[in-house]
Amino acid sequence: MHGYDYRAAQTVDDAVTLLAAPGARPLAGGTDLIVQLRRAERDAALLVDVKRIPELLDISFDPSDGLSFGAAVACTDIAEHPQIADGYPALADAARLIGGTAIRNRATVGGNLCNAAPSADAIPALVVLDARCIVRGPSGTRSIRAAEFCTGPGTTVLQPGELLVSLRLPPPGTRTGARYLRFIPRGEMDIAVAGAACMIRLEEQGDTIAEARVALASVAPTPLEIPDAAAALIGRPAGEDAFEQAAGAARESARPITDQRGTAALRTHLAGVLVRRALGDALRRARGEQLDA
Amino acid sequence: MRETAVTATVNGRPVSFFCDPTTSLLECLRDVVLLKGPKIGCLDGNCGACAVLLDGRLVNSCLVLGVEADGREITTVEGLESWPGLSALRQAFTEEDGLQCGYCTPGIIVAVKALLDRDPDPPAARIRDWLAGNLCRCTGYETIVRAVQSAAATLRESRTSDGEAGA
Repeated sequence: MHGYDYRAAQTVDDAVTLLAAPGARPLAGGTDLIVQLRRAERDAALLVDVKRIPELLDISFDPSDGLSFGAAVACTDIAEHPQIADGYPALADAARLIGGTAIRNRATVGGNLCNAAPSADAIPALVVLDARCIVRGPSGTRSIRAAEFCTGPGTTVLQPGELLVSLRLPPPGTRTGARYLRFIPRGEMDIAVAGAACMIRLEEQGDTIAEARVALASVAPTPLEIPDAAAALIGRPAGEDAFEQAAGAARESARPITDQRGTAALRTHLAGVLVRRALGDALRRARGEQLDA
Repeated sequence: MRETAVTATVNGRPVSFFCDPTTSLLECLRDVVLLKGPKIGCLDGNCGACAVLLDGRLVNSCLVLGVEADGREITTVEGLESWPGLSALRQAFTEEDGLQCGYCTPGIIVAVKALLDRDPDPPAARIRDWLAGNLCRCTGYETIVRAVQSAAATLRESRTSDGEAGA
């Protein structure tokens, strides 16, 4: 491992100033970055610790503004937050699946996004919940759709000197449900062979789907939004026929590779299975039913 | 590369040391503070042998930089001596054969402390989920889960009898 310097930023402005230095990287939970630095998979001249910036540790919810949480909030705090469990359960689903207890106490949803692994569990959930990534940099603040944040394995739209400050999610809609599911060969502490997040909103009356989003993990170089799957759902009655159409679109859109975790054929199959199951759970949540833990 | 001064509280005692930014908290605890309870295992957050409490929260000390511990409170297995649960866990792990080689045990004890602080009566499934990040290649986990349940029961009983004695 090459050497690097360390500074703990106290404010967002402080962090942005420090991140202007060549080779500077933000350090949040460190559960990916510290391992990557040790293995020389990433390089850094300066780590800017962002965990002491109050703005990056804040969680706020307002029924008309929605949810906003800082990029350094630990997964445990997302998974255990009562208003997130209540209004954004698909995000809690994903935050609860990342790593084990000790990892979730350090790892952050913001870091899961910035690490940009194709298998990142939190990203499909953020995509279907239509999250915005609030980024501060030398030239000001900008907002990026979660679906457009990752550009390849380990790469994002962040420019040198830019910092992910927070994630904003719109207020939970009425008659809306979402779910994230993944397949791994064991119960926990593993990386998704494939993952799927689905969101559906029902019309005010009846079971017709008014709005839908579907996103997949581990089937492409980046987490992938599947507009064809959403199109197969919108305007149709929620149920097995529409869900199978969406699953078919997910299989069609998946571009997986074969690696030690699974074959491309397995991942394509899983994409369909997980979309169908996640839609079933999303429908139950949209109807106000609780899922079994 | 600049060494940074770190001031922290470890097991209730104040410590100050200079730390290279690449050095893990695990190395600082073992080599500078001279606490050998946290063990060197996988060094990438998979095995839990290095688990400690950071401001009361379970973390893998191999994935925390020493410099990140500045101003924080750290508890290693050595710091649990005054916690009544430790004697209950010692007895239960002995009776239930919850360890063989013992290398994973300090991390597991620290993890169980964090669990029992939150849930004094955890079901087996919760214990398994909570300890998913603590690998044990000797026991097969069954005996660990039984030991944790047995120690938790002992702790609950001692709290109840303490409460009655106080009333």
